[in-house]
Amino acid sequence: MTHQRKAAPTRRRVLAGAAAAGAVAFAPAIVRAQAKSLKIAVLLTRSGYLAPAGQSCHRGALIAPRVLADYGHQVDLVHVDVESNPDVARNQAERVINDGVDVVVGAFDSACTLAIAQVCEQRQAPLVVNIAAAPALTEQGYRFLVRNFPTGSQIAVNGLARIKAFIEATKANPKTAVFLHVNDTFGTAQRQAMDRLLPNAGMPFRVLESIAYDPRAQDLSVEVTKIRALKPDLVLVVTRAADAIKLVRDMVRQRFEPMGIISPGAPGLYDEEFYEALGPLADYHAYAVPWANPKSSMAQALEKAFKPAYPNYRFAVECFNVGFTFEALLVAADGFKRAGTTNGAELMKAIRATNIKEHIMIGGPITFDDKGQNNNVPSAMVQNRNRAPTVVLPAEDATMAPVFPMPPWQGRT
Amino acid sequence: MWSIYLNVAVQGVLTGLVYGLMALGLSVIFGVVRVVNFAHGEFAVVAMYAAYALFTAFRLDPLWALLPLAALFFLVGYGLQAALINPFVGRPEHEQFILLVGVGIIIVNVLLIAFGPDSRPVNLSYGFDSYEIGPLIVDKPRVFAAAAAIAVAAALFWFFRRTRTGAAIRACADNLVGAGVVGLNVKRLFALTFGLGLACVGAAGALLVTIADAAPSLGPAYTLLAFIIVIIGGLGSMAGALVGGVLIGVSEALAGFLFAPSMKSMFSFALLIAVLVLRPQGLLGQRT
Repeated sequence: MTHQRKAAPTRRRVLAGAAAAGAVAFAPAIVRAQAKSLKIAVLLTRSGYLAPAGQSCHRGALIAPRVLADYGHQVDLVHVDVESNPDVARNQAERVINDGVDVVVGAFDSACTLAIAQVCEQRQAPLVVNIAAAPALTEQGYRFLVRNFPTGSQIAVNGLARIKAFIEATKANPKTAVFLHVNDTFGTAQRQAMDRLLPNAGMPFRVLESIAYDPRAQDLSVEVTKIRALKPDLVLVVTRAADAIKLVRDMVRQRFEPMGIISPGAPGLYDEEFYEALGPLADYHAYAVPWANPKSSMAQALEKAFKPAYPNYRFAVECFNVGFTFEALLVAADGFKRAGTTNGAELMKAIRATNIKEHIMIGGPITFDDKGQNNNVPSAMVQNRNRAPTVVLPAEDATMAPVFPMPPWQGRT
Repeated sequence: MWSIYLNVAVQGVLTGLVYGLMALGLSVIFGVVRVVNFAHGEFAVVAMYAAYALFTAFRLDPLWALLPLAALFFLVGYGLQAALINPFVGRPEHEQFILLVGVGIIIVNVLLIAFGPDSRPVNLSYGFDSYEIGPLIVDKPRVFAAAAAIAVAAALFWFFRRTRTGAAIRACADNLVGAGVVGLNVKRLFALTFGLGLACVGAAGALLVTIADAAPSLGPAYTLLAFIIVIIGGLGSMAGALVGGVLIGVSEALAGFLFAPSMKSMFSFALLIAVLVLRPQGLLGQRT
């Protein structure tokens, strides 16, 4: 009797058998489908105080799948806003990984990226950092993170070298400088790097004071008054877009004319918002930043896709955010192609072994060291000329000669 | 060096007057209706965007746009009080809080959808000009904005002191039951008061856009700022709001100059705590 009962086809057994047969029949198809396309969550600061830059990165992410497809990469993107808030970034990272994404890309802001990195490490999901400079990201031993962007120290080292070359090329002689920086994770990291590097950088000027300001400040009139009281020849800045506008506006209002405003590597001075708000007053500010290589065929392909998609934006202005975001997606897609699997550990191993020679930004091949850091991202010296970012150094890539000191505020047209 | 301190202090006074006008609206509403407008800063930002839109479409200077905006915001405030807020008057404070916080969140998100997250500047022809008076350099937009803020505040004071409607509103503020007993239409006066409060915000928003760029994220920051100002000046006190605004403006400016600019807000809160401990009713507020 017992034996007969065991063999009897009960409803439960039939259902279980059908499920097992279905699994056997359909599983290979699912596996094949997973192997064709990589699902990437792009977490960016698309709202909040870092929204302009996050939106710019977002534009790069939106056009990326089509360009990547032309290079033989299939990606499905999930676009997520982290609201310039590390807590939101952490929660959103948890959510997208729970929803089954294979790789996370992001997040423009160091604080948000640090929050995401912790989640990715716990969940063993690869994180490709598009833009975030805090050294901690690659110094904390994260195994599931790579960064295709220079650290704050590298930006400062590369930037200072370029600034020195810029001053030498123009034969100017600034004796003093003030360093004004935004008081967020990125700005503070830049400040620490400057404090460490400037004394031995062989600069012709000395820094009189470093001034930190709140990124949510309504205006920078007090900061400018403080700078004016110190009477520096040069103002070194680490700003965000809206702050850079406030800075120049308050300098003009207070009739303070330094020899120049130079950024050792920060956004703000080359955002469209900056050109629109200041017009001719936006010209002649210079910045040492990694920049898109106009001679790269991939950069040209990206620009070709960008123009019709965003007729109201200029690739020349957006290429920093768009380029690095695209490259982060390229790194993930390239790793997936070599790994042939979406398994987190295996995919990460392939991503760590990246060696991409043809890419967007100026610099050597994209490779990662043991810490997951790409050390082949140099800075160019870019200066605003006729309301457009223009490479002025290194000489071999320059399209115009550098101008320093800048012309006075009055009389600009 | 003293000239630099003078510059900083004057800038603080001028900015503080505009902040004071914004906070005045909050104080007026609370003083009469006894509802705290937790969407106050968000309404100020709506006014900034409205001024920006008028400037972009018609090249209308925000200093002139102040008048139609104040009128428009009066109507909005009147309608909002009559339709939405009146049912919440007398209900538990947490319900009023949630209602107005909800209104604030909706406003911020509608602005984000309509204008995006970028800050929107009004590029006035005199936007980069300044007056040089001896060692003092003061920017023109700030001087104009402060002068307009004083004019609007004076008009509001005159209305409350010299008109029958103003006297009736003050009667509601002093003794609500008494006002009802003598036949005043309390609901209508409440709506009128809310309208006047928002008219202040509309005017302040038009002035603010001349010294700061409009951005949706400013809303909560302005709400907090207005709260600090009215608590320091005395919740419900109109003169207190202006005094609080100037105090905050000057203390932030001087603290930013003497210590670190990134520590400016800390001094506002320090001032707030000091007032709460030493004079809980605010500098010009009345003990209840």
